[in-house]
Amino acid sequence: MIRFDHVSVTYSDTTRPVLRDVDLDVEAGELCLVVGSTGSGKSTLLKCINGLVPHFTGGTLSGRVLVDGRDTREHRPRELADIVGYVGQDPLSGFVSDTVEDELAYGMESLGVDPPTMRRRVEETLDLLGLADVRSRPLLTLSAGQQQRVAIGSVMTMHPKVLVLDEPTSALDPPAAEEVLAALTRLVHDLGLTVVIAEHRLERVVQYADRVVHVPGGGASLVVGSPREVMAASPVAPPVVRLARRVGWSPLPLSVRDARTAAGSLRDRLRDRRPPSVPAALGETAASLRRVIVTFDGVTALAGVDLDVRRGEVVAVMGRNGAGKSTLLNVLAGLQPPDAGVVDVAGVAPARLAAPDVVRRVALVPQNPADLLWRETVAAECADADIDAGAPSGTTLALLATLAPQVDVDAHPRDLSEGQRLAVALSVLLARRPPLLLLDEPTRGLDYAAKERLTAIVHGLAAEGHAVVFATHDVELVAEVATRVVVLAEGEAVSDGPTATVVTASPAFAPQVAKILAPEPWLTVGQVEAALAG
Amino acid sequence: MTRLPRTLHPLAWWLWAAGIATAASQTSQPVLLLLLIAAAAYVVAARRAVTPWSASYATFLRIAVVVLVVRVLLYVLLGDAGGSHVLFRLPRVPLPAGWGVRIGGPLTAEGLITAIEDGLRLGTVLVCIGAANAVASPARLLKALPGALYEVGVAVSVAVSFAPQAVVAIGRARRARRLRGRSEHGLRALRGMAVPVLEDALERSVDLAAAMDARGFGRRGTVPALHRRAATSLTVLGLLAICAGTYGLLAAGSPAVLGVPLMLAGAAIAVAGFAIGNRASGRSRYRPDVWRVAEWAVAATGVVVAAAYVIAAHRDPTSLDAMSQPLRVPDAPWPLVVATMVAALPAWLAPPAPRPSSRTRSVAMPARTPAGVTS
Repeated sequence: MIRFDHVSVTYSDTTRPVLRDVDLDVEAGELCLVVGSTGSGKSTLLKCINGLVPHFTGGTLSGRVLVDGRDTREHRPRELADIVGYVGQDPLSGFVSDTVEDELAYGMESLGVDPPTMRRRVEETLDLLGLADVRSRPLLTLSAGQQQRVAIGSVMTMHPKVLVLDEPTSALDPPAAEEVLAALTRLVHDLGLTVVIAEHRLERVVQYADRVVHVPGGGASLVVGSPREVMAASPVAPPVVRLARRVGWSPLPLSVRDARTAAGSLRDRLRDRRPPSVPAALGETAASLRRVIVTFDGVTALAGVDLDVRRGEVVAVMGRNGAGKSTLLNVLAGLQPPDAGVVDVAGVAPARLAAPDVVRRVALVPQNPADLLWRETVAAECADADIDAGAPSGTTLALLATLAPQVDVDAHPRDLSEGQRLAVALSVLLARRPPLLLLDEPTRGLDYAAKERLTAIVHGLAAEGHAVVFATHDVELVAEVATRVVVLAEGEAVSDGPTATVVTASPAFAPQVAKILAPEPWLTVGQVEAALAG
Repeated sequence: MTRLPRTLHPLAWWLWAAGIATAASQTSQPVLLLLLIAAAAYVVAARRAVTPWSASYATFLRIAVVVLVVRVLLYVLLGDAGGSHVLFRLPRVPLPAGWGVRIGGPLTAEGLITAIEDGLRLGTVLVCIGAANAVASPARLLKALPGALYEVGVAVSVAVSFAPQAVVAIGRARRARRLRGRSEHGLRALRGMAVPVLEDALERSVDLAAAMDARGFGRRGTVPALHRRAATSLTVLGLLAICAGTYGLLAAGSPAVLGVPLMLAGAAIAVAGFAIGNRASGRSRYRPDVWRVAEWAVAATGVVVAAAYVIAAHRDPTSLDAMSQPLRVPDAPWPLVVATMVAALPAWLAPPAPRPSSRTRSVAMPARTPAGVTS
């Protein structure tokens, strides 16, 4: 169905090819998963399939890409629209119309599908993706999971033979991600669609894939094979695979279910051991909330939340999209004055302070760290931060060197990878040494390596006596780094306690290792490794 | 006979609103203007659609009130409308005589009433636009454009969507400044924020263009280029002629040939362009708005109202004029009152607007958190 024939891609501003001499065949009806670290060329590979590379992005493509017999050199994306449906990383920025139904119909209108057929396909797609209840809603008012499903539906209605999805679950909470993936597997099974999907969170998708393509990056040749073959050696692997590789299970399990059947003996070996409990070297209270209420136009975002965060603590705030996680961080950072209740950060209410006084007490890294960076180079950004903080020049650069030594300080912040941008934003904010650090969805778009670095950074900050609060959907990150978890629902804190207790209490928020080894209280591969070694 | 709820063709609603606006522009009679506003408001109350756009009705009402107030204030400050019934005198600011403006001075009842009438007339036109927004979304109107103008319509709707996105981007930039401990106010802050906002807008438009291309926007099909270009040029030429004709019709003292004949010629050319273009576009339309009896009826009310006022203005310009000079009690010529009643008829003529099911409606417009803040 899709055939890459000696394909190399070089973008115009660099000399090194992103992809070099790629040969790849994707058969009809396959679900093909593309994995690799950020910046390795996954998105480029995906965009080649519908001709966005090179027709839209520029650069040179040598070799050829054939999709259902059509050569992308001679067919522009619009001429391939009837065979390839492409869904980009941010569904919202790709929406053309303003309501769900119109968006689903848009592509068919371009293809000139006759009206009765259009109507029927829209109705079918609404049912297939569970969108019938929201059919006349404006797109902006949908949840992230619904928006993602509309984006998939809007290309589905064109009845493409190939569906290409770039990180479809990165912005979604675990249940919403399940929803989208369930819809996709149905499409593959029921309609024989060929699906090519790029994803960082392998723990969510790898068990559904028929084939995995690992893009190592730097122009190195691709590794293609069955999920088991590729995962056996891949540097990017979900916890279930890493655990299996460590313990030596064969055949390699890809899902929690397979791993549980193999894990009987491991559970026995670990029965009389306990994971090391987190040292409770907690300092003074860094922030506290008392009965905090926030409402927006009659919608309750926080309904009387109590929270105490002490220095040295790492608190994860979880909950579905729209549960009030970001609002909680905004209240702590003084961006959102509460309607009622008391906010106390180091003895003062942050919303009452002027901006320079707030940032000395609390730092918030927003969902998109690039928002905080507006200079042309990393070095200039760091110099600015020194001046703002009144610190001797070079302080921020030194901080950055400890957090992320490999960042090129002369690069434009936009040219850095997601993980590097996060590190720069962190250094810039930490230059003022605020005792309280807030992170909003820090792992969005981060690969496993970047997440490991983030974990190390957060551990280091907590050890130095910072209090860290972060909002996330990423249960694996929570298991690695948090000492305490607060779960929000409808603006209320429905559970609050040590990580091990809270995440094992419900399957939706449990990390893979905990699911495999339940009822034993192990959360991460690292813990198991240490126990087996010791 | 029960009528099923459906959305009336947006063009019919906009013709109706344009008719009332035309009528309002012909008169400064406060009684007639208030009647026109009442008729429009009644129709909106009966047939309002549940769309994000319909919320803008209230905004237009507020703007209309502001216009009225500003017009009166300007008169109080600067006005010199003449008249003999002096209400009171403001202290006068001495200015050189050659400037042609004065500040302060006597206020006359005549001048004040003229100002109110002027403001009311402008306000009525604004209310008409608001009413059209409330009953038919402009986005649907753009969708109803003929095939030859499809690309223009898309360009307009993308441009319109820039404003709300820019508001979100500005919110994010302000927030970022605060998080870095910088001031959000002042010239430096403005410069610091302009770059990220523009970058954001640029990035979004590139993303949108890629998404549209990937979904087949601008597919040419098999139609020869010459055919397509002929359709577009005929359409544009025709529409320009209609615009010129409208100007000729409404502007006093323009040659007669610029009026109705030019409009008719323009309409003929444009229709020819549409006909060729629709065959050339290779596109189809999802659930196109249909034009049935109700659409004819609603559009007709607009035409009747406008025609009544235009004819009355031609026959006896004074009957529609201000009542201020000389000062007199406003009279309401009965043919015009009847014509104004016609403007309220769509409240019955149009089918009821579809209502989203109660479950959807309760969440139809969830409150957004302040710009850029997502939870």
